[in-house]
Amino acid sequence: MSGLVQLRPPEVRFRWLDALWIQVTGTLCNIACKHCFISCGPKADQVPMMSTEQVERALDDGRELGMRQVYFTGGEPFLHPELQRIARAALQLAPLTIVTNGLLIDDGAVGWISEESERSRYSFDLRVSLDGLTAEQNDPVRGRGTFEQVVVAIRRLGRAGLSPVVTVVEHEEGLASSEARARFLQFVRDLGVRQPRVKFLPLLRIGREERRTHGYQDHGLVQSTPLLPEVESSLLCATGRIVTAQGAYTCPILIEHATARLGDHLTDAARPIQLRWDACQTCVLDGLRCNT
Amino acid sequence: MRTAFFGGVYSNWVALEEALRDARRRGAEAAYCLGDLGGFGPHPDRSIEILRESGVVTVQGNYDDAVGNMKTDCGCGYTDPRDNHFARISYAYTVEKTSAAHRPWLAALPERLSFEHAGLRYVLVHGSPRQQNEFLWESATPDHLLESLARDAAADVLLCTHTGLHWQRLLPSGRRVVNVGALGRPANDGRTCVWYALLDTEAEEPFRFVPVEYDHERLAREMRAEKLPEEFAETVLTGWWTTCLEILPVKERLRGRF
Repeated sequence: MSGLVQLRPPEVRFRWLDALWIQVTGTLCNIACKHCFISCGPKADQVPMMSTEQVERALDDGRELGMRQVYFTGGEPFLHPELQRIARAALQLAPLTIVTNGLLIDDGAVGWISEESERSRYSFDLRVSLDGLTAEQNDPVRGRGTFEQVVVAIRRLGRAGLSPVVTVVEHEEGLASSEARARFLQFVRDLGVRQPRVKFLPLLRIGREERRTHGYQDHGLVQSTPLLPEVESSLLCATGRIVTAQGAYTCPILIEHATARLGDHLTDAARPIQLRWDACQTCVLDGLRCNT
Repeated sequence: MRTAFFGGVYSNWVALEEALRDARRRGAEAAYCLGDLGGFGPHPDRSIEILRESGVVTVQGNYDDAVGNMKTDCGCGYTDPRDNHFARISYAYTVEKTSAAHRPWLAALPERLSFEHAGLRYVLVHGSPRQQNEFLWESATPDHLLESLARDAAADVLLCTHTGLHWQRLLPSGRRVVNVGALGRPANDGRTCVWYALLDTEAEEPFRFVPVEYDHERLAREMRAEKLPEEFAETVLTGWWTTCLEILPVKERLRGRF
């Protein structure tokens, strides 16, 4: 290897904590999407579910660090047996977004979300995944029958006057074109959602997605590109961290990578990180921002 | 002491003139502007000239920094393509129509101002004390964060704008945060008026928000004559936001129409 210059990964300094992500159900999910970047599923236990105490500890640490907003993610957060308790604990401190596949949002869940949204001083958002305008477009990646079930859930939320953010992963070419964006927005509006919002996310070529298509092919792209200060300061890892049952990590994408683990607790994670993973190119070069 | 605080003028010179008159009528001895003089509305020089001539002390907003320093975009912090589309139109127009003579003034505006009165320290910023374009929304800014921002800025009263929606909160520590709202466009409530904050240190509730009725139809006519997007004129005429919606937290979003 002599003669090769080893490039040092760019460093991202930790500015402050805007987004505290909490991996409440670990990798446990009721479906196994083919493009999932952390290989979640009904039998996926590589990252365990968090206990209520662990979530409360993360929230306390987040408050200490001045967090601005909390995200519950997984896996599927609605599988957490104490979801209502931990959501209320979060909402007492800060705005909360639950990132969900929507399949467990029945009438009871809608009633609870409405009540909690009404009660809380802070915004309570839901992000519901829908990866196509038809079953033919959505179901091959999210699983048979999921389109119909999610559409029912979104209608149910809309009827209750709630306005979930629908998130769409660009798993096929053209899914996030300006025409497609307008069609999605109208589709969600037609489901009865007031003031709809649709958030498009680029594909992350890690986890199960690596097997569906392929992983990142240009290795070292981030390392060989100068990191502009305005890009650095806008990256999730400049102002966000994730806590799992296994410790605190750089960002939600990287919880299966031991090298992204920053310590046992959130308070250990308030320090600079290096952009050393191939997936970093999706944030640095494609502009992925996970915040709602 | 009575003092007026204006935010987000967005080239709405018609409302700015009316707000200055209104504040004087209500006995304000001084007026401060918390920045973002341009964008959205027509004839950006007019608002700048009104502020400069009337001696309103002004804090720099991200728009003023961008126009003053000829930056490539307004730095508003949008991520949605539709919002960015309108932001680009608005920014290109404002840069083109702002006289070169005003740019050094915009570029040299301070990012933070403070004054003391009756033992309280008032700190004025555009977005937040730590970031000029940080959005401090009512439903998305926790008490603990406001406490630390105010404490770190040594503010008993922290005044900001940038979101375009006015609100205030008395914190558990006794510190107060006031988002003074915007003169540039209505508060997404179906009313055509715009808002500013009036401080009366003798009053039991020191800050109140004052609605300003102005000739919004004239502003819309000028916007159309300048070929600014019809969506902007619609907001002025209806009181409902038609753009910059992506950044709204859900509670604020559900109060609007779009």
